[in-house]
Amino acid sequence: MKKDITEILQQRILVLDGAMGTMIQRHKLEEEDFRKGWFEDHTQPLKGNNDLLSLTRPEIIKEIHAAYFEAGADIAETNTFSGTTIAQADYGLEGAVYDINYHSAKIAREVADEFTEKNPDKPRFVAGSMGPTNRTASISPDVNDPGFRAITFEELVVAYKQQAEALLDGGVDILLVETVFDTLNAKAALFAIDEVCNERGLKVPVMVSGTITDQSGRTLTGQTTEAFLISVSHMNLLTVGLNCALGASMMRPYLQVLDRKAPFGVSAHPNAGLPNEFGEYDETPEMMASQIKDFLDENLVNIIGGCCGTNPDHIKAIADLAAQYEPRKIAVNV
Amino acid sequence: MSESKVTLRLSGLEPLIVTPESNFVNVGERTNVTGSRKFLRLIKEEQFDEALSVARDQVEGGAQIIDVNMDEGMIDGKEAMIRFLNLMAAEPDIARVPVMIDSSKWEIIEAGLQCVQGKGVVNSISLKEGKDLFVEQATKIKRYGAAVIVMAFDEKGQADNYERRIEICERSYRILVDEVGFPKEDIIFDPNIFPVATGMEEHNNNALDFFNATKWIRENLPGAHVSGGVSNVSFSFRGNNVVREAMHAAFLYHAIQNGMDMGIVNPTMLEVYDDIDKELLDYVEDVLLNRREDATERLLDYAETVKGEGGKKREKDLSWRENDVRERLTYSLVKGVADYIDEDVEECRQQFERPIEVIEGPLMDGMNVVGDLFGSGKMFLPQVVKSARVMKKAVAYLLPFIEDEKEGGRSAAGKVLMATVKGDVHDIGKNIVGVVLGCNNYEVIDLGVMVPPEKIIEAAVEEQVDVIGLSGLITPSLDEMVTVAKEMERADLNIPLMIGGATTSRVHTAVKIEEHFTKDQTVHVLDASRSVTVVESLLGPKKEVFVKELREEYAKVRENHTRNRAQKKLLTLAQAQENKYAIDWSNFEAAVPKATGLQNISVNTEELLPYIDWTPFFRTWELHGKYPAILEDAVVGDEAKKLFSDAQAMLETIQSENWLTHKGVVGIFLANAVEDDIVLYDSEGNTIHTSSTMRQQLQKAAGVPNFALSDFIAPKESGKSDYLGGFVVTSGIGIKDKIDAFEADHDDYNSILLKALTDRLAEAFAEYLHEKVRKEIWGYAANESLDNESLIKEAYQGIRPAPGYPACPDHTEKIGLFQLLEAEERTGVSLTDSLAMYPTASVSGWYFAHPESKYFGVGRINQEQVASLAKRKGYSVEDMERWLSPNLH
Repeated sequence: MKKDITEILQQRILVLDGAMGTMIQRHKLEEEDFRKGWFEDHTQPLKGNNDLLSLTRPEIIKEIHAAYFEAGADIAETNTFSGTTIAQADYGLEGAVYDINYHSAKIAREVADEFTEKNPDKPRFVAGSMGPTNRTASISPDVNDPGFRAITFEELVVAYKQQAEALLDGGVDILLVETVFDTLNAKAALFAIDEVCNERGLKVPVMVSGTITDQSGRTLTGQTTEAFLISVSHMNLLTVGLNCALGASMMRPYLQVLDRKAPFGVSAHPNAGLPNEFGEYDETPEMMASQIKDFLDENLVNIIGGCCGTNPDHIKAIADLAAQYEPRKIAVNV
Repeated sequence: MSESKVTLRLSGLEPLIVTPESNFVNVGERTNVTGSRKFLRLIKEEQFDEALSVARDQVEGGAQIIDVNMDEGMIDGKEAMIRFLNLMAAEPDIARVPVMIDSSKWEIIEAGLQCVQGKGVVNSISLKEGKDLFVEQATKIKRYGAAVIVMAFDEKGQADNYERRIEICERSYRILVDEVGFPKEDIIFDPNIFPVATGMEEHNNNALDFFNATKWIRENLPGAHVSGGVSNVSFSFRGNNVVREAMHAAFLYHAIQNGMDMGIVNPTMLEVYDDIDKELLDYVEDVLLNRREDATERLLDYAETVKGEGGKKREKDLSWRENDVRERLTYSLVKGVADYIDEDVEECRQQFERPIEVIEGPLMDGMNVVGDLFGSGKMFLPQVVKSARVMKKAVAYLLPFIEDEKEGGRSAAGKVLMATVKGDVHDIGKNIVGVVLGCNNYEVIDLGVMVPPEKIIEAAVEEQVDVIGLSGLITPSLDEMVTVAKEMERADLNIPLMIGGATTSRVHTAVKIEEHFTKDQTVHVLDASRSVTVVESLLGPKKEVFVKELREEYAKVRENHTRNRAQKKLLTLAQAQENKYAIDWSNFEAAVPKATGLQNISVNTEELLPYIDWTPFFRTWELHGKYPAILEDAVVGDEAKKLFSDAQAMLETIQSENWLTHKGVVGIFLANAVEDDIVLYDSEGNTIHTSSTMRQQLQKAAGVPNFALSDFIAPKESGKSDYLGGFVVTSGIGIKDKIDAFEADHDDYNSILLKALTDRLAEAFAEYLHEKVRKEIWGYAANESLDNESLIKEAYQGIRPAPGYPACPDHTEKIGLFQLLEAEERTGVSLTDSLAMYPTASVSGWYFAHPESKYFGVGRINQEQVASLAKRKGYSVEDMERWLSPNLH
């Protein structure tokens, strides 16, 4: 019988997979790949809407999950970063949201189970990725009218709820609210998750991962790391962490904040450095691992993985390293 | 590991942590329509800017939480709550503190909860309407992630004595903790602060009961906090600030002693406890603690004596107002303070001749400061947005003046097309730029997100825009921007192109975009705050200068980029040597020179004429084109013809009057390569010279070698004999007198013409001699037959690299070459301190005969090779470094 992830988290550092987009890019896909069998007659261009590939080219997504598991990842993220009606509205595909999430979860589930079967001592998990959407609930897109909002909390709750339900239907173990640049969006996601769990009588482990966007050490909407932590601490999270935007070394001071203050596990999935002027991520697996070693030496994390620019080589380097370390001790609240 | 202790943690943009050690948490009360008539008026009249100033005042005055209350019959409380909280969210110096959402209507509370990204406080819920509703609301609040104030109120009414207070609080606490699972530390009780000294006996214990209930709660309900609206206590003394401030201070003092750790207090209506007049303090404490029966009367009597004095107002720090007006404008822009902008702009306007200069000068200076702070991480986005709004206000103030100005004023500043490129849906940054530009009187045409190039171009043409701005966040957008630039080029669109967005950069713009779009200028815009300066520069009268500087800057960026890229991929010297150009020497037999030893060469000008390469001659005069086609060129043809005929005439004179003597020396020597050196021998096998060659170190594509000239000479270990030639030629003997004569006549034209011709003749001499070497002196290509064009194209076998040129960048090689050839004695050419040849119309070099020898550039090398060369040549590393610095940096 599969062990509970919260239990395993006490025993070892778990490895989250790396970038999906970076791996998809390797396939040099064309418009047709994003339509195949599902959206042949859709009137808008769909190229670049990577979430659709779970439907149109599932073999590619499976292969990517397998490559990451092969590299040593314990947790795969579903290919659903933009799987909300809000994000899909840009492509006129609000109607595809349930399918995207359900099938993405199912694919990842299948691959995870195959690997677990092969090596039951290393059970593999699936985290349903819930991205930030492309709207912000606490910033006005119209700077002439700072009181205006392009999206409301309630709209976000509806969208996230639909995504969470489909992901759970598809069999995810964890829900991962990630790349949080507006904490209010994340709070809407948490609100939705809590509602779903309540309605279904479930307890689903939830990971929240914020994004510190610049040198001021704040989220896009201006919160400090600690303020962000406090703002999402009303849920009993599996982990709180940081991903994207910064490379590992720049992320470290903010992870230290989480380490000191968070009553949950701490996760990190940094980019492979900062993109260079051409949008390429230069950091080699060795470079990234050497920075992540600092996290591990300082005992900062419970879950570690990669974001933009990382590939299975990075994850392998990280996994090899993480295996040599004890996980961070999680404080239990009285 | 986590050091977290269970304690109340709240957040705005920054954390607020309430620990037993932290002092009393101050909640600002003036953004409350029920308590502030001024605030109510501002909300009713929708004067939100000023309403925000009220909130800002409180934060600046020390409030750690801002209480917002919109419960007023005349306004739509829910709408007002949403609007005001959203506006506050855009004010970082307000939003840094947590919000207290204050309403008696659940609908308004919930609307407020949906607007705050931080962890705020709900004020309040209670058991007033029964347990079910209480549980439902508490569950929701928990889900929204807020702390909660619970009023001491139940189905029977408000607690008005000690017992009722603790009864209701305990019951509420148990429900919250045991049934709802509400975090204990997030529960804050408000055990009702009621007025004292009202003249009614039943009110005499109001303060005391509060103190005691507070003590009980803190001792018996673990984790819970106590809060209250302090100003209530002094209700009877409205209009008498001296007394009220003293009462607030004294009440707080005792409440805090008993465990109250949060309160709604107007920090500007608060005396410092220790500063309260001792007599007054006595009267006040008598009342609060119900110490004497006549306490109320005594305080009332005292109050009469201080009535009308008002009481001092605490001023916020306005010292910045004393600065020079430019500094004040910068301060307002940086801090996003709109309050004084009109008067400061007006003051500034008076100082300038034209109102527009206020924008171009002080205001833009201020915005540049904002840009710098943002760039260095000292400001963050919401603050910049706020600055932009202050800017807008300033511009709005100036606009009527600008329009009044009849002549020379600018009309609507220009049209800017904005678009997020195809494949990208991120538009926050683009929208901000749009607004900042809009604030500055530009008309912005926003095409939205995922805009394909053809649509951008179509709209640009149709709308006749003045600038196109592209935005994108994700990395593939970088390529898409290149595509747009190319399409604009194809469409012949001569409109400047601005590039912006998180992943864009000056380097990418310079390296990948600018060169694809030549019809107008491409500019990278670092952030929104810079967009105005950039657009103004692009559309204003100084565009030419701006573009020129930008082009130079980008050219430099490209140059550095190439160099940096190269730098990254240097091989070690050993690796480079490993990857040498490997000639198969097994079947090699060197051509034995027909003549050995040094040989002087002299030649007539006439003999050199067929060897002249005229194209560089025209280039000297900045006439670009290939000879002879250049003579027929539509643009420069006439000029070229004239120059050419003058040159021919001068060549005639040079010959007829024997102006120039051409002298040269040549020698072919036995040689073998020893690693990267070429060692020359005499016929006895003694070493007579060692030439140290330089090897390419840049990492090459697979199969491409790292060349050094020594690769073209048979290595010593091959056991084969090989040869290396050397030469020095000059056409400059005798030129000095003629030049001096022209210059004495101030005849610059002929002076330059003569120099240019002599240079050409020296090159022709080198070409002539090289042919002579191939055919006669060395004779390895005796049957070669090439015309001049083929010679210029170097279609022959062998090369003659010159020290100081790409294949052999080391100038110090000339020293050995000159000694070897006895060049100074034999040709009259000498070397200056910097190893330049004099006369300048001279050429020197080595001859390599191997059919596979070819020209190449050494390019960047590393310190390791410098050290190796220094050692091989007997130089100090410092000297070697100095000579080779172009290849090092």
